[in-house]
This record gives sequence, structure tokens and C-alpha cells, in this order.
Amino acid sequence: MKLTLRVWRQKNADADGAMSTYEVDGISPDMSFLEMLDTLNEELILSGEDPVAFDHDCREGICGACSLVINGDAHGPERTTTCQLHMRSFADGDTIDVEPWRASAFPVVKDLVVDRSAFDRIIEAGGYITAPTGSAPEAHATPVPKPDADFAFEHAECIGCGACVAACPNGAAMLFTSAKINHLNVLPQGAPERETRVLDMVAQMDEEGFGGCTLAGECATACPKGIPLTSITGMNKEWLRATRKAGRR
Amino acid sequence: MARTVWNSTVGKKTVMAVSGLVMLLYLVAHMIGNLKIFFGAGEFNHYAHWLRTVGEPFMHYEWTLWLIRVVLVVAVIAHAVSAYQLSRRDIKARPSKYVHRKPRASYATRTMRWGGIILALFIVWHLLDLTTGTVHSGGFETGKPYQNVVDTFSTWYGNTIYVVAMIAVGLHIRHGFWSAAQTLGVGSRTRDRALKTTANALALLLTAGFLAVPVGVMTGVVS
Ligand code: HEM
Ligand code: SF4
Ligand code: FES
Repeated sequence: MKLTLRVWRQKNADADGAMSTYEVDGISPDMSFLEMLDTLNEELILSGEDPVAFDHDCREGICGACSLVINGDAHGPERTTTCQLHMRSFADGDTIDVEPWRASAFPVVKDLVVDRSAFDRIIEAGGYITAPTGSAPEAHATPVPKPDADFAFEHAECIGCGACVAACPNGAAMLFTSAKINHLNVLPQGAPERETRVLDMVAQMDEEGFGGCTLAGECATACPKGIPLTSITGMNKEWLRATRKAGRR
Repeated sequence: MARTVWNSTVGKKTVMAVSGLVMLLYLVAHMIGNLKIFFGAGEFNHYAHWLRTVGEPFMHYEWTLWLIRVVLVVAVIAHAVSAYQLSRRDIKARPSKYVHRKPRASYATRTMRWGGIILALFIVWHLLDLTTGTVHSGGFETGKPYQNVVDTFSTWYGNTIYVVAMIAVGLHIRHGFWSAAQTLGVGSRTRDRALKTTANALALLLTAGFLAVPVGVMTGVVS
């Protein structure tokens, strides 16, 4: 395959960025999108140019490191992570636009790499349990009803990639935050911090400068792990419950 | 607790949802009341007079009406201030646009914001037109709402402003009612279809019900 790439290049956080055009040839349809970028970078390095910086780690769709807004879609046209997106989703001769996640809470570090540590701080604010865990407990020690376990698992799938923020017209982190809150709040292990978790994580999310939810639904469409929009509804419910409880105390 | 609510994006959205639902409830009542115009000047003007005497003898003349007005003013201000503050925050959170644009991404958000601004302007015009009579066409007469309504809808601009605003109300409620359910945490996967259907039905009912009046005047059914 022969492709024209228009890639966002930005030297550092303070520099102005712009789209640069590159041609790549000899791309196999079975390559992943990241392998295609590797091919481009090899050529750039050989010709003495600065390679395109982009985030990646597992390349198995489980770590959440890869990003990229491809032709206006977070993680590109398929509902998966960029590392799991294959070039067969494009046609020979296509022009492909590649941009970083855009949100003021995710500043660009270089080219396509953005700083997502705002997510880490949201997790630090309450995305954990305080019960001592130690080695794996006996499976029946803490019974969890099946529907609750399913609900927790569905939300635990969030890999913290930030596609939801990138896709949201308001740069909101509601889907990520709600996935983390719902995951722990439904389980008995998460019960001791049920109220503080939602209040603190939402407060941290606001503190980081993410936008608010207008229920446009773009986040859930972009999420590679299928976290549903109703996850946000669940978070709102938990937040209102915790606020009422705090008010009574 | 009020601080926590007002300082949080989730809390401010709750203020929007509650104030929106208060206004929605009022709009349903208002729309039903308006339809009395089809039963003639006597019944309509009598209904308008009754609005001022509801609750008597416990309430004094116009007390109930003023109570409703105060609640509505509080709702409108709370709704508009939260909408403004949240929208400012949202725009700041996403300062640079993608080079590769996808128009669909902000459809609902944009219609809510533009629709909201249209509604705010409409509310001001509507009060100056039919409550105070300040911008009314022809001779405004207190206590004769039937005649005043006919005057308004006998002008092209009266009709245009009203039709645009009622379409805006319909679109606003279509997204707003369902949104409010999510904000208040009562939405769920199983209830989603029912909520969306209710939102559409409410939107259609209100827009059609409100538009019946100018259409009635334009077609001469009401004159
Ligand atoms: C003063 C004029 C108005 C303005 C400026 C306005 C503006 C807005 C905006 C911008 C939103 C979306 C906010 C967001 O999602 O973050 C919204 C939502 C909403 N509006 Fe309005 N609006 C106005 C009048 C009304 C009226 C008359 C009603 C009554 C039917 C109404 C009902 C709603 C509801 C129910 C929501 C959903 C709240 C939620 O998402 O939880 N609005 N409004
Ligand atoms: S909710 Fe989905 S899109 Fe958002 S961070 Fe988690 S996995 Fe990524
Ligand atoms: S590189 Fe780990 S999810 Fe894509």
C-alpha cells in the first residue's frame, strides 16, 4: 500500500505545532497502524530527520499507552486501540490525518505524545481500596452477586487510554472517571470508601481542568473497551448519593 | 453541601437538570392553558383572570401567580448561569480543534447552547410583548390577553419569532429531558428507550401545542 500521511509535528510543549505531509510506500495491509508509523520513522531516521514521537507499550490492546486521533476518530475507524488497528482498514492511496489527543488537561509533550498524568492524579484521589489485600483470598470469603461482578468487570476493562477525553467536544474525563468509580463502588471491597471515592475523584477531575458532560455520547462511541455512556449516569447517581449523605452528617 | 454542589461540574449539571425540569413542568401547564384560546375570548380571558385569583381566599389577589413567577425566575437564572459557566469551562477544556473535523461530535452540545440562547432571548421578548406590553404591536390591553395574542400573531415578525422559539424548545427538551435523567442518575440501559421516547413525545407535544395558537390565528380560526 502507498499512503499519504499528514502528521501533527510539534517540537515540545511550548512550540507551535503543524501538520506535516509524508509519503509511505510498501505498507502491508496486515501491519498495525503503529508498525506503519515505525516504517515511516525508519525512513525518517535514515534520511536524518527527527522521527515522529508517539506513545505505545504493550501493542496488545491492554495497556492503554497508544493514542492518536486518526482521521478525526480517537484510535481510528475501528473500535479498538491504535496498536490493534490494522492497515487493511484503509485503502491504497488514502490520505490519513494523524493528530494527538486534544484537551487542555492533556498537554502535548512532543508530536503525538500527550501528558496523561491528570488521569494518574484522578486515580490517586480515590481509585483504590484501603483493605489490606495480601495474597489472593479464598474465593468464597467475600461473596459478590453475579450481576455486580459482571458490572465491576465491565468497568474494570477501562485501560485509561484517554480516547474518551480526546473524542469529547468538551474535553471531559467523565467516562474514564465513572468507569473507575463504578468498578470499585459496586464491590464489597470498595465499600468503605464508597462516598469519599466518588466525591474526591470527581473533585480531582474538575481540578485538572477537564470539561463537563453534555451527554453528547462521543466518549462511549470512541472507547476501545466499550465502557457504556450509562456509566456516567451511574457516577452521577453515586455522586448525588454521597453528597446527600455528607450533607446529613 | 450547597458549596459542594455549585463548585462541581456534576453538581452544577444537577442544578441545570432540576431547574430545567421545573421549567418543563411549567411549560406543559402553560401550553395546556394556551389551548383555551380555541374556546373563545370569554373563556380565555376568564382563565387569565383566574390565574390571578388562584388560592383565594387563602392567597391574596395575584399571590399565587407571583409565587410561580418567583420560582420561575429563580429556575431561569440558575439554569442560565450554570449553562454559561459550564459552557465556558467546556470550551476552555478543549481549546484547539482537530484539523480533521467531524461535525457530528458536537451536534447535541451546539443545539443546546444555541437553542438556549434563542430561548433566553425569546423569554425576554415574550414577557415584554404579552406580559408588560412594552413591545406589543397595536394597543396592548391588560386583562384582555385574547386580543393581545391575536395582535401578536397578526404580525409576520411575531409569528416568526414564536415559531423559531417553539422549534428551539422542542429540540432543547428532546436532548434535555433525557440528559436530565442521566444527570440525576435515573437513566439505565433498560430505561433508555422509554426515556428517549418520552423525551421525543414531550418535545413534539409542546412544540405542536404551542404552535397551534399562532397557526390558529394565521388561519383565522382564532380572531
Ligand atoms: C434561559 C434560557 C435557557 C438557556 C440559556 C438554556 C441552556 C441550556 C444548555 C446550554 C443546556 C446544556 C447544558 C449542558 O448539557 O451542560 C441545557 C440543558 C437543559 N435545559 Fe436549558 N436552557 C434554557 C431554557 C430552558 C427551558 C425553558 C427549559 C424547559 C423546558 C430547559 C430545560 C433543560 C433541560 C431539562 C436540560 C438538561 C439538563 C441536563 O442535561 O441535565 N432549558 N439548557
Ligand atoms: S473509558 Fe474507554 S476511552 Fe476512556 S480511558 Fe477508559 S478505555 Fe480509554
Ligand atoms: S500499546 Fe498498549 S493498548 Fe495499544
